Amino acid sequence: MYKIVAKRELVPHTSLFEFSAKEITAKTKPGQFVILRIDEGGERIPLTIADANVEKGTITVVCHEVGKSTKQLGSLKEGDCILDLLGPLGKPAEIGKFGTVLCVGGGVMVAPLHFQVKAFREAGNKVIGVIGARTESHLIFEDEMREVCDELYVATDDGIRGYKGLDFLKELLKERKIDRVIAMGPIVTLKTVSELTRPHGIPTIVNLIPIMVDGMGMCGACRVTVGGKTMFACVDGPDFDGHQVDFEELMTRMKMFTPQEKLAFVFYEQGGRSL
Amino acid sequence: MSKPKPKIKKEVVPMPKQDPKERIRNFNEVALGYTEEQAVAEAERCLQCVKAPCVQGCPVEIDIPAFIQLIRERKFDEAIRKVKEGNSLPAICGRVCPQEAQCQANCTMGKVGDPISIGRLERFLADWERQRGYEILQHSNSTGKRVAIVGAGPAGLTAAADLAKLGYEAVIFEALHKPGGVLIYGIPEFRLPKKIVEEEAEYIEKLGVTIKTNAMIGKLYTIKELLEQFDAVFIGTGAGLPRFMRIPGENLCGIYSANEFLIRVNLMKAYDFPRFDTPVFVGEKVAVIGGGNTAMDSARCALRLGAKEVKIVYRRSRQEMPTRAEEVENAEEEGVVFEFLTNPRRFIGNDRGWVKAMECIRMRLGEPDASGRRRPIPIEDSEFTTDVDTVIMAIGRTPNPIIQQTTEGLQVTKWGTIVTDENGKTSIEGVYAGGDIVTGQATVISAMGAGKKAAKAIHQYLMKK
Repeated sequence: MYKIVAKRELVPHTSLFEFSAKEITAKTKPGQFVILRIDEGGERIPLTIADANVEKGTITVVCHEVGKSTKQLGSLKEGDCILDLLGPLGKPAEIGKFGTVLCVGGGVMVAPLHFQVKAFREAGNKVIGVIGARTESHLIFEDEMREVCDELYVATDDGIRGYKGLDFLKELLKERKIDRVIAMGPIVTLKTVSELTRPHGIPTIVNLIPIMVDGMGMCGACRVTVGGKTMFACVDGPDFDGHQVDFEELMTRMKMFTPQEKLAFVFYEQGGRSL
Repeated sequence: MSKPKPKIKKEVVPMPKQDPKERIRNFNEVALGYTEEQAVAEAERCLQCVKAPCVQGCPVEIDIPAFIQLIRERKFDEAIRKVKEGNSLPAICGRVCPQEAQCQANCTMGKVGDPISIGRLERFLADWERQRGYEILQHSNSTGKRVAIVGAGPAGLTAAADLAKLGYEAVIFEALHKPGGVLIYGIPEFRLPKKIVEEEAEYIEKLGVTIKTNAMIGKLYTIKELLEQFDAVFIGTGAGLPRFMRIPGENLCGIYSANEFLIRVNLMKAYDFPRFDTPVFVGEKVAVIGGGNTAMDSARCALRLGAKEVKIVYRRSRQEMPTRAEEVENAEEEGVVFEFLTNPRRFIGNDRGWVKAMECIRMRLGEPDASGRRRPIPIEDSEFTTDVDTVIMAIGRTPNPIIQQTTEGLQVTKWGTIVTDENGKTSIEGVYAGGDIVTGQATVISAMGAGKKAAKAIHQYLMKK
């Protein structure tokens, strides 16, 4: 059992959790993920690690309630326990001294991006941060990002807050010398960022968490085509060259279980499950 | 004159099974097991050969004639004790061992009639004990030494049990959330109920073994770090990586690796969705690619999940199938169709990215290849297209690579298996390995045999140290 030692609602339906997991904490590096299972009937949920506190022995994840399992996780409180927590999984992000690194985060993935930004800064890089969300009320980690980035830009899909969409990056990429781009967030965002950087030939790393079951290379559910080759995001990634990823295929594969996910959600809302 | 010998029955006592029409609608166990009377009747057929050729065919060297004799005498408690001297997981082995290729292949009775059904008798005894509660036998005094076991599959569980009996503190590190390895994620409920795997794992814990789940060695700790805390390490991480054909369209929706499909259905209990969260999709026309036990398991799961038509597509012919005859028979009884000498060329998707058809080519058999089986050769211009909405790739598994990638100095073959001597000793002192991680994909019982051998070797090593 793994205890929730702290929980904080960041914005409605999005919460930050700190789990007590001393062994995992000691080995965690930015870019890696955990797989958790809430209870005996639960599915294995992959979540990118947003922080690891060695002194407290905790790892942090941020979860947005989109379906049955994430909603159930969101209903847990400080002091509650989950049944299983496995990690750290996946290869750590490559943190080196690149020069100026543009870090683009969307939605809840801004939190794990923050974990990477800290590492890039420590490694002596200048970091330009971009955070985005669908709308202002979904923006998370703005203050935290402002604290660690040399510059920070904000964008929303509806443009109510900051820039409208990511088109403004065109100018930025033209005017500034950027040595590396890191993108974490919804697949569409990763695709957009990769397309924007492609003409400039800037190495662009995207962090992919497709549908997974075991998360350790056994099932192949997370397969993604990168440069014409099939890779497993869980063990070959989660970081890949954004200019090589077949995003269309990935988006299709992410929808493979949509009808079942809807059914599970309805079942849960009606109080189903008696395990 | 000696009194006339009673005539020995040549025919095996049949195993009661669930009716195929019934069983394709449930995940309950297919084979129902012998009653006491049936077990004794089957045991009566044993000739009690002095040379015991059956034992030579057993990777864990169970004293088969002895336990069969005890069944005849209805001393079931002593009989199961005898089995457990060689095998800590009898309820599992009695169900999934390919006895027809091992102990039973050597049975003298097999030369004149049906061989003794040793597997069914083993299963009978194990179930007899399970119903009464496991007996924990006194074992050796503590040696004060600790051994880390990586992987709670058949090899790791066996090695841990044997080491515990020899007085070692054995700690198993398992990456999944449940122990059992392929027994829990791969083999379906109707062939090996998960309750049995759980009970046998609990039995091993009662022997004094600690099982630590959610612990992926290579990520959480390296082998080197384990060696700082333990006197020896056994690696039994298995062959769990799915193989794909690398043909066009393989990443379309509706195409699974057998591993993904079986993990969803068995480990995550997708057959009981939405009571269990993990879903699985099975369409109407299912093609399972491959001819091994995993292909049979996948096909039979797909039928139970509502598929109208399940086809096994295999590139060789029936004779070359690396499958237990019993499983092929069960699959056929249930309505699985076999398409031999056929191989997929590419998968064709619909406009939503789902597989809708499969282009295949017919094959013929040429000269034997490295495996000793005749090599399949494509027949030119024999391509044809068939409609499918679900495909399960069951063409084999490769070794799990994480330990090899994270352990400096560990000698590995070009196939990714770990190099050991015949007792499981690796290139690193104090580190042993066994099972599929050494041999490549093989059977549960051969992994158990390797676990047993390695436990012996570790014992010898630590006694000298």
